[in-house]
Amino acid sequence: MSTTRYTKDHEYIRVDGDTGIVGITDYAQSQLGDVVYVELPEAGKALEKGGEAAVVESVKAASEVYAPVSGEVLEVNGDLEAAPAAINEDPAGAGWFMKIKIGNASELDELMSEEDYQAYVKSIS
Amino acid sequence: MAQSGETLLKTPLHARHVAAGARMVPFAGYDMPVQYPLGILKEHQWTREKAGLFDVSHMGQAWLNGPDHATTAKALETLVPADMLNLKPGQQRYTQLLTDKGGIIDDLMVVRPVDPAYDGRLFLVVNAGTKDGDYAHMEARLPAGVSIERLDDRALMALQGPQAIAVLSGLCPEVADMTFMTARYVDIGGIEAHVTRSGYTGEDGFEISVAEGDAEALWDKLTAHDAVEPIGLGARDSLRLEAGYCLYGHDIDTQTSPIEAALNWSIQKRRREEGGFPGHARIIREISEGPARRRVGILPEGRAPAREGTVIATPDGAEIGVVTSGGFGPSVGGPVAMGYVATGHAQAGTAIHLIVRGKAQPAKVAKLPFTEHRYKR
Repeated sequence: MSTTRYTKDHEYIRVDGDTGIVGITDYAQSQLGDVVYVELPEAGKALEKGGEAAVVESVKAASEVYAPVSGEVLEVNGDLEAAPAAINEDPAGAGWFMKIKIGNASELDELMSEEDYQAYVKSIS
Repeated sequence: MAQSGETLLKTPLHARHVAAGARMVPFAGYDMPVQYPLGILKEHQWTREKAGLFDVSHMGQAWLNGPDHATTAKALETLVPADMLNLKPGQQRYTQLLTDKGGIIDDLMVVRPVDPAYDGRLFLVVNAGTKDGDYAHMEARLPAGVSIERLDDRALMALQGPQAIAVLSGLCPEVADMTFMTARYVDIGGIEAHVTRSGYTGEDGFEISVAEGDAEALWDKLTAHDAVEPIGLGARDSLRLEAGYCLYGHDIDTQTSPIEAALNWSIQKRRREEGGFPGHARIIREISEGPARRRVGILPEGRAPAREGTVIATPDGAEIGVVTSGGFGPSVGGPVAMGYVATGHAQAGTAIHLIVRGKAQPAKVAKLPFTEHRYKR
């Protein structure tokens, strides 16, 4: 069974064993507005927790997407290049950014649970 | 710009924006709608296909009052490079307030009222963020007998898009035969309004000035129409960028001249020949010899938008300019930008590089506008 953990910067990581799918939350996409461009890393790139992993651009502005945990990029969602609107329509599904190999599982403990994240979003909106 | 902690001003339509579910942001000291629930992309497309309604009440409206048209027009001509003397009654013209060195203090619209009873008056619309400075600048330089009268108690709305004419003429048939850049006083279902056929989107449309007390009633009349959606500042920016229009403080400022900004068309022949406006010598020299840099359109070849501040280089890596406005053009279907390049690189089709996040992205200099203007001539 997979569990999903969240950052304060509104990234999620859906953990499955020693890999995880990274994307941005529904709250993040609603704040960004219409996404028009995504810059994804190359497969094989080493990510550091909190470091820049991708760039997402809405009509308004460019925003960084940070790595929720350290690890290595295994695969990126190439469909986003032609159809970045998937990030708005289905951020937790078709709008995923990348799959990573988790470098240090203990870093997951520093992230928020679903319940904590929902409370966090409520507190800032 | 609003400082943190400063109380934001509200336009007479503020409650309408909040009720419509707009996302409000600080802009030029006002709490303004950046987008409504439709979202920037759809608001942009709606305006290009139907009719978008914009609250632009934050902009500065003023009378320039003098004893007769020639006196008032000549007084304004000492501050701007456009021909004001030969404005016909009911005609509107775009111009710029200039520094002594020919830099742009603000860009503005000027109307000579059609009503002979208003002879000696010019109606001005200036940018929100610059209005206090503009009025002070003008007041300090106007001759005795010509003065600025601020119209802070008026609201301003823009109705833009191919269906704007059907919507407005349905409420007020006499706007139907107005042409681009003309003005009229009309009655819109019992509301007295000053209407110009103009805008900032590249589409046919109107800007409508009414007393602040009538703003909500007019907003309600217009938004009641199926073809009309309220449109926020986000889409206003992408629409004007595609239309090739300058945004003050970004594409033009006190360091850019109208010639560098490719606004030559806004300086009529008589003024070029006679001079008598600030920065005349520089502007004439730039017209005849060409400016050192020029504002151009830019089409990135990839999908990555190039934002304001992006460095422009030659394919060999020599820096030749900077992007002043850039983003995604919904009607173009890709990124668009404008910026300044050294004049040798300003020809449409010239290959350039945009340095986006440290990487060189290929792009081409492009003709402006990106989307064809569709005015009622």
